Amino acid sequence: MTGLTRPIRRILGRRADASDPSAVPAPPAGAEPARPTDDSSIAVDIAESDPLLAYLQSASGPVEISRLELDSPAVRELRDAGVALIVPLVSQGELIGTLNLGPRLSEQEYSTDDRRLLTTLAAQAAPAVRVAQLVAQQAVEIQARERLEQEMRVAQLIQQQFLPRELPALADWQVAAYYGPARTVGGDFYDFIELPDGRIGIVVGDVADKGVPAALVMARTHSILRGDAARLVSPARVLERANELLVPEIPTNMFVTCLYAVLDTATGHLVFANAGHNLPSVRTSDGVIELRATGMPLGLLPDMTYDEHEAVLAPGETFTLYSDGIVEAHDPGGDMFGFPRLHRLLAEKLSGSELVDHVLSELHRFTGKGWEQEDDITLVTIRRSGGWEDLAGVGTDAGRTLLDLEIAGEPGNERMAMDRVAEAVAPLALPAERVERLKTAVSEAVMNAIEYGSGGRAEVPIRIEVRATEIDLVVTVTDAGVSGPMGEAEEPDLEAKLAGEQKPRGWGLFLIKHMVDAMEVTSDGAGQTVTLTMHLEGAA
Amino acid sequence: MAASRFEAHARSGPDGATIALRGQIDIGAERALADAYATISAEGAATVILDFSGVGYINSTGIALIVRLLADARRDHREVRARGLSEHYREIFRITRLADYIVFEDEPAAVADGQGGPP
Repeated sequence: MTGLTRPIRRILGRRADASDPSAVPAPPAGAEPARPTDDSSIAVDIAESDPLLAYLQSASGPVEISRLELDSPAVRELRDAGVALIVPLVSQGELIGTLNLGPRLSEQEYSTDDRRLLTTLAAQAAPAVRVAQLVAQQAVEIQARERLEQEMRVAQLIQQQFLPRELPALADWQVAAYYGPARTVGGDFYDFIELPDGRIGIVVGDVADKGVPAALVMARTHSILRGDAARLVSPARVLERANELLVPEIPTNMFVTCLYAVLDTATGHLVFANAGHNLPSVRTSDGVIELRATGMPLGLLPDMTYDEHEAVLAPGETFTLYSDGIVEAHDPGGDMFGFPRLHRLLAEKLSGSELVDHVLSELHRFTGKGWEQEDDITLVTIRRSGGWEDLAGVGTDAGRTLLDLEIAGEPGNERMAMDRVAEAVAPLALPAERVERLKTAVSEAVMNAIEYGSGGRAEVPIRIEVRATEIDLVVTVTDAGVSGPMGEAEEPDLEAKLAGEQKPRGWGLFLIKHMVDAMEVTSDGAGQTVTLTMHLEGAA
Repeated sequence: MAASRFEAHARSGPDGATIALRGQIDIGAERALADAYATISAEGAATVILDFSGVGYINSTGIALIVRLLADARRDHREVRARGLSEHYREIFRITRLADYIVFEDEPAAVADGQGGPP
């Protein structure tokens, strides 16, 4: 008998006597069946396809094996084992085993009473046996899970051994990296390799497998790249050499995708080659662009060659590499995170660990709570200092806050506010005349806020916020609305004022309108906000 | 209320009376400016020269004070000229059209173009 079915069918044949089915049975007359030689049970496995199973499933009580006319290997085996009577054990309508008895020691047939007794016994024993089976099954599953988790711990350990302990400290470059293993460890890796002449090798790779095998291949790939990078320098040659060494070594159907770039940190010159990995991207002042490069993954085919591509990272630009664990993550509805979503995030004016944190937080927001990470996630970003972002500070689409100030609503404080705003925008290096215009506009807006918003009372504050995006400088002046809304900006009638027909005042809003590119007054019921916008493009 | 530091000194000269302004022209300048105009008015000068060389800040209230002085001068048939204004405040004088009524002494081109005098 072969073909172990389920553990629950490993039911034992036992000896019996006339009054006690569990007693040692006498040898049957006639045939010379194999008999148990001691008190231990014998185990008989019944294959799924054996007709005996279907028969027992529908049997109403003990079955005499000598009367069975089934073409059943199990029946033959049971007979050979000296089994005379089979009592099906059924729990919740499912056959979970059998109670197999040898012939009675008295050599008499099992009586009606015996059968009734056995039927009762089977009915009571079946649930208990089922519980025991489930406990045993659970124990096996726990053991298997622990073994798997242990394997994953080993894989993670291997993986972590080969990730950089610290990021390179490069003058004028901001470097950040993240590696987050999936529970099953997907074989991602990244590395920074110091090269001669101020250059640095940047690697991101992904082994197409999981667990310990992937971790071992990752370790081997890492060693090959490290070993050859300094000697060969050329990214294409390094990948060709890695492929050459990996092809005979790694298991069939396993391969490694890898993007290798060499960056000249003095000039921003970037040379890169790609072995089937996700395309890296560069965030420029015009948006995010992909750096195109293709090539066969490492370890698949011998004699592969790789094309080399070049780019120059200008001051302020950010080079980002990543693995597919990000773009292939799914939300609860099964939608994929995808490249467009990632590119939108990379386009935001963030860099370094702020960028990494932002991408991860958006990824987690997308996947939802309780997400089990499907694959390793790797994100490496390197930004060249300089450019607009360093003047204005790095910010989001809403702009970087350059000043958030609260002043007492007291006449005269408009000058202080004006000077503070001028100091705050100094890093933008605006032309002097635009700074003067801004100062006048801020001063007038704050004067209005003091007069209408605070009623000239020092204890009623006015808030001034200055934000800069890449294209706009935005100043908001928010008051408490104590004296109600200010009037509309009207074109003052100078002639009427000179003729004494109108008061000479009323120049504030008119001046603001002419000093900035846009002025907006909004009210939320509690107070008013004057928003002054000055376009920065082409201003410097 | 925070008082601003402002001074206005009137003195007579061969080309007219000059009011030398110093400090910031805002609400705090009202009294001193009015007194200075009263002084030159008493002297009967035909021209008032406002010297802004010592002025670093003029706000809309300050513009209103200048409008009032200009209105008084026009009432009194007195010409108003200006000198020492920074480029930023010259621009504000142009935007507010005060430049239509005040001649910039140190901007001869504007005068020659006919942009400096009253219409």
